[in-house]
Amino acid sequence: MDIHEYQAKSLLAEFGVPIPMGGLAYSPEQATYRATEIGGGAWVVKAQVHTGGRGKAGGIRMCSSEREVWEAADDLLGSRIVTDQTGDRGRGVFRLYIEQTVDIDREIYLGFVLDRSTERIMLVASAAGGMEIEEIIDKSPESLIRVVIEPAVGLQAFQAREVAFALGIDSGVVAEASNLLVACYRAFRELDATMVEINPLVITDAGRMLALDAKMTFDDNALFKHQKVSELRDKSQEDPREMRANDRGLSYVGLDGDIGCIINGAGLAMATMDMIKHSGGKPANFLDIGGGASPERVAKAFNLVRSDESVRAILVNIFAGINRCDWVAEGVVKAMHELDLQMPVVVRLSGTNVDEGRRILAESDVPVITADTLAEAAEKVVDAVNKEDAA
Amino acid sequence: MSIVVDGSTRVLVQGFTGRIGSFHAEEMIEYGTEIVGGVTPGRGGSTHLDRPVFDTVKDAVEATGAQASIVFVPPPFAADALMEAADAGLRTAVCVTDGIPAQDMMTVKRYMRRYKAERRMHLIGPNCAGVISPGKALLGIMPGHIYLQGEVGIIGRSGTLGYEAASQLKAAGIGVSTSVGIGGDPINGSSFKDHMAAFEQDPDTKVVVMIGEIGGPQEAEAAAFAKEHMYKPVIGYIAGLTAPKGRTMGHAGAIVSTVGESAAEKVEILKECGVIIVERPSEFGEVVGRVLNRAA
Repeated sequence: MDIHEYQAKSLLAEFGVPIPMGGLAYSPEQATYRATEIGGGAWVVKAQVHTGGRGKAGGIRMCSSEREVWEAADDLLGSRIVTDQTGDRGRGVFRLYIEQTVDIDREIYLGFVLDRSTERIMLVASAAGGMEIEEIIDKSPESLIRVVIEPAVGLQAFQAREVAFALGIDSGVVAEASNLLVACYRAFRELDATMVEINPLVITDAGRMLALDAKMTFDDNALFKHQKVSELRDKSQEDPREMRANDRGLSYVGLDGDIGCIINGAGLAMATMDMIKHSGGKPANFLDIGGGASPERVAKAFNLVRSDESVRAILVNIFAGINRCDWVAEGVVKAMHELDLQMPVVVRLSGTNVDEGRRILAESDVPVITADTLAEAAEKVVDAVNKEDAA
Repeated sequence: MSIVVDGSTRVLVQGFTGRIGSFHAEEMIEYGTEIVGGVTPGRGGSTHLDRPVFDTVKDAVEATGAQASIVFVPPPFAADALMEAADAGLRTAVCVTDGIPAQDMMTVKRYMRRYKAERRMHLIGPNCAGVISPGKALLGIMPGHIYLQGEVGIIGRSGTLGYEAASQLKAAGIGVSTSVGIGGDPINGSSFKDHMAAFEQDPDTKVVVMIGEIGGPQEAEAAAFAKEHMYKPVIGYIAGLTAPKGRTMGHAGAIVSTVGESAAEKVEILKECGVIIVERPSEFGEVVGRVLNRAA
């Protein structure tokens, strides 16, 4: 789960990470009020959206009067920020964070990730801050400092100092930097994060460290432990279809093709999509309906898949282990009766109770196209779409 | 022979009396697995499926001489159950549970290292279908009837894609020595490489099939291992050609987050290491059949 910048900053601040003064605004009036509260003569108005690269996309505005703050807020609220991470629809802006400006002496990159090679938390830092991490890896990989952290004892002060010295931080600020690193690590570990990123972490002209931007991502599987974190979920930043699916225990990812997919198991789902591609088609979605799929669940899956308007045919591929083919077949029949689907549906069943499942489909009055193998199923659904094109 | 389990392995079920644990325990007993008892804290002293229930894994191991366990404990308590199994001296644990926090798994793996290598537990999973040595034993949740006994070792992340491969092999008259599911989580107990090494030593296995997917470094590590250490042919498939970057595709670990984690990149790495590629997921039977004929 992703959270907003202001939420990440507030969480990190609780662990002792220094952040600039700032406040949240839902309207231009609130934004100017926040600017007055913060004081000074210059502010940054930042769109709160779940994506990186919002600066380049116009989501961060420098303002030097309250009038400019009002105008920036008015312009941003209700707009959509489109970056290379969001897709064409972008993310809607409904919250703004107004922050004091700071005089920057140096910018540093700081990140913590769950490293899958070492199966440990890894600290990544670079003196080349301000760029995205991909850009740093590309342009100055030699600047990257990596420290793998031993989970039994956590990040030690000496490791944090080593990083601070390697970054060339003035000896007067090293203690502060080292505390900040340990605070970020503690937040990562105690809140079950999968990523903490401060980019840039700045040293001000006055020689203070501040987290100028902050990003945190959390392990969905661990949210049950952290009620406070799970309350930070912002559904306005999620794809509505994916949200509906996930709330119903279905795993769904929307794509840009036209063949809807209903499959059990993540690996088989990906393989079936690959097979559609090999047969010359394009999948419209990833959907894993999971184990123990009841007829109702299958019917829900149909409803979800066809709610994508670009879907022109549906492929159901079930290899039943814990699942039962007869239940899936009943679900297919039920869904086709209820939904009045005006598109071809190809069904391939295999595994537990397969004969019963095939019999239910054959004896029903719904016009499904059946297939026995994965290859046949993919070919038939691609053919069906091509026929529609020709017609 | 076979790897991980055979007909003589004495097996405990952790989470024995729950709905899911009971269902699969019955299936395993029917398949012929030597289920010697189970553990459910607070239910010790009772009997379930004609087998004794214990409060702790230690009690169960002492009373039954169990060597392995299969874990159906719900996600919030699963990491604890795995550490209990490791501490009780079990040699093997298969964890079926889906949804264990990644940092819990980090802790489990660190904990397992407390024990000397010769008594350290081998963990398979979590979020996996388990292990089957066809005709001998089932320590998992897969439908036993889709596997023929034979000479192909299978290592895969996904349950149902593994079933797909096994049934294609069966349709081609090809059998399996052991099939191991390593699971779809970002941090897992054992990797492709670990089981590849075991298959290399197993006289009953002639060919190894690895069924990988997007995300993580383990497929590439296994390919590098195969290049250096495997005399037996290795066949590989990577699922997720159409998966976009940065999106989790069902499995918590199936996400392309850095260089080398996409399906196309992994296929290239596998090829460079001499792994024979199954280009389409409909061709497991065909490719494995060809390689077996050549090896014979």
